[in-house]
Amino acid sequence: MRSDSVAVPVLYQPPKRRVATRKRMVFVCVLASLLLVMTVAAGLLFSDAASQSNFLEKQLAPSFEHPFGTDWLGRDMLLRSVAGLSTSILVGVLAAGCSAVIALVLGAVAALGGKRADTVVTWLIDLLMGVPHIVLLVLISFALGKGFVGVTVGVALTHWGSLARVVRAELLQCKQADYIMAARRLGKGPLYIALHHFLPYVLPQFIAGLILLFPHAILHEASITFLGFGLSPEQPAIGIILSEAMGYLSAGMWWLAAFPGLALLVVVLVFDRLGQNVRKLLDPRTSQE
Amino acid sequence: MHTLIRQLLKFCLLMLAVSLVVFFLVSVSPIDPVQANVGQAAYVTMSEEKRVQLELYWGVDAPFWERYVNWLGALLQGDMGTSLRFNAPVAEVIAQRAGNSLVLMGIAWAISGVLGFVLGVVAAAFRGRWPDKIIRAYAYLLASTPTFWLALIALMVFSVWLGWFPFGFSVPIGMAASDITVADLAHHLVLPAATLSLLGVANIALHTREKACDVLESSYVKFARTRGEGGFTLIRRHVLRNVALPALSLQFASISEIFGGSVLVEQVFSYPGLGQAAVTAGLGGDVALLAGIALVSAALVFGGNACANVLYAVIDPRMRTKKQAKGVFHVDDTEAGAHA
Repeated sequence: MRSDSVAVPVLYQPPKRRVATRKRMVFVCVLASLLLVMTVAAGLLFSDAASQSNFLEKQLAPSFEHPFGTDWLGRDMLLRSVAGLSTSILVGVLAAGCSAVIALVLGAVAALGGKRADTVVTWLIDLLMGVPHIVLLVLISFALGKGFVGVTVGVALTHWGSLARVVRAELLQCKQADYIMAARRLGKGPLYIALHHFLPYVLPQFIAGLILLFPHAILHEASITFLGFGLSPEQPAIGIILSEAMGYLSAGMWWLAAFPGLALLVVVLVFDRLGQNVRKLLDPRTSQE
Repeated sequence: MHTLIRQLLKFCLLMLAVSLVVFFLVSVSPIDPVQANVGQAAYVTMSEEKRVQLELYWGVDAPFWERYVNWLGALLQGDMGTSLRFNAPVAEVIAQRAGNSLVLMGIAWAISGVLGFVLGVVAAAFRGRWPDKIIRAYAYLLASTPTFWLALIALMVFSVWLGWFPFGFSVPIGMAASDITVADLAHHLVLPAATLSLLGVANIALHTREKACDVLESSYVKFARTRGEGGFTLIRRHVLRNVALPALSLQFASISEIFGGSVLVEQVFSYPGLGQAAVTAGLGGDVALLAGIALVSAALVFGGNACANVLYAVIDPRMRTKKQAKGVFHVDDTEAGAHA
């Protein structure tokens, strides 16, 4: 037997999935964004059809024609759910966006504004975290009068705490870095340092944190609307659909509550996935994993 | 002792700030206190003089600070005002409802804490294998589930379809208070408590898993492995001890979340607790009750955090040594000597 037929121990085998993982993450991100954009677009497109009542087809169980069934006014629950999700996503994105800006500003002030500013901001965050979100949301919505403005402002004002902490911690770490000292000694101004060093340093965490705020914002919008403080009953919203469905539970109309809630769960999961993947892709420590 | 005084000071300052924010929020509300307090029908038929008199009584025209100081002064004397929805002093309503809520939240808190911790450690121990995958999938799914939807589904399945549990409330309807047994109460409590704990488990399990994974990747665990430790011994000696502290703060920090969840769960199950009262108060313009409940919730959350801090100092040996270094050393001299 020739010697080269003896099995040679494999010293290095390139992991096959390595490149694929990164591609897959990008693919998941694109797919998730597409799904969310389509939901919003469909909701806006069908908002009239969603509130169209049809008394010939009321209280129908899910079927091929009406996958989510119809309600007591004969409205198609699939269309209503999509319209509701679209509202929820828009409110959530708007509120989370405002919240993230607050977080960025306050986090930066705390980290870069000296000791006193840091104490004040840290205390503000403690104050914010000291009252349960739902209670604070009820209070803000109560103060501003119920409705779209109340919910959006409420969610925006209550969700910046943890992201502000992250921004603060990141900036504090960055401030100690040698390259910042070097830049200072080289005579770079504070604006230059902020734009060329601080901003790129916090941006990945900030963007991922922003996307991960969406699911929280959407869930809280739905919750507060469900309790009766949020969007008004005329607007399509998952919270409204579910709180109305509560009255029909004992009548056995299970599809009124089951499917819209499931749809909300799916949207929240998609947002969460998107945020996790974006975080992994943007973070240099994990982007090549 | 110093920490205790500092905690107390911090508590007072925080409650003062919370009370200011709460009072500001309820006072800028577009709801007219006179109209809200006498009801729509009475308001329309009321004479102008009576209206002015009531406005004076509720201090509609008084400046914000004056009203705040008045309210705060009364609050400090134990007078939280009168709830219009329940027609009773706010303190009384809160005391009665807090009992119901504390039982519900306490059970959910304990179950979610213990179960979440165990699941988190198990998931970390089996990292990447199927128990981990199952636990993680469960936790991710539940962490994204809307609380009130899960409560609705539970109500639908177990009360409407299976008929195992009552449809809501904390006691059977139409029964004299003296006839109600503990079994009745427990029967009404099962579904809300189960829903609330199911949701709490997810968050705690995920965080515990993360911490436990960090510990398992540390060099001291690697060293322990090279010494031949493994299995449950390794978990008990190294992981449990190092995860205990973060788990503790996680557990106490979850009080805020449990309170928020209880508002939704109580609403769905018509369970007469603080959360449901807060919703009723908010929807009905019951300013005094809403403000009272907000303050109680803030005190509860702060109490939890303070407990975590105190327990930290008791459990963490590093905190103890720090204290010794600060000059309490001579007091603990004998103890330190015994350890040496």
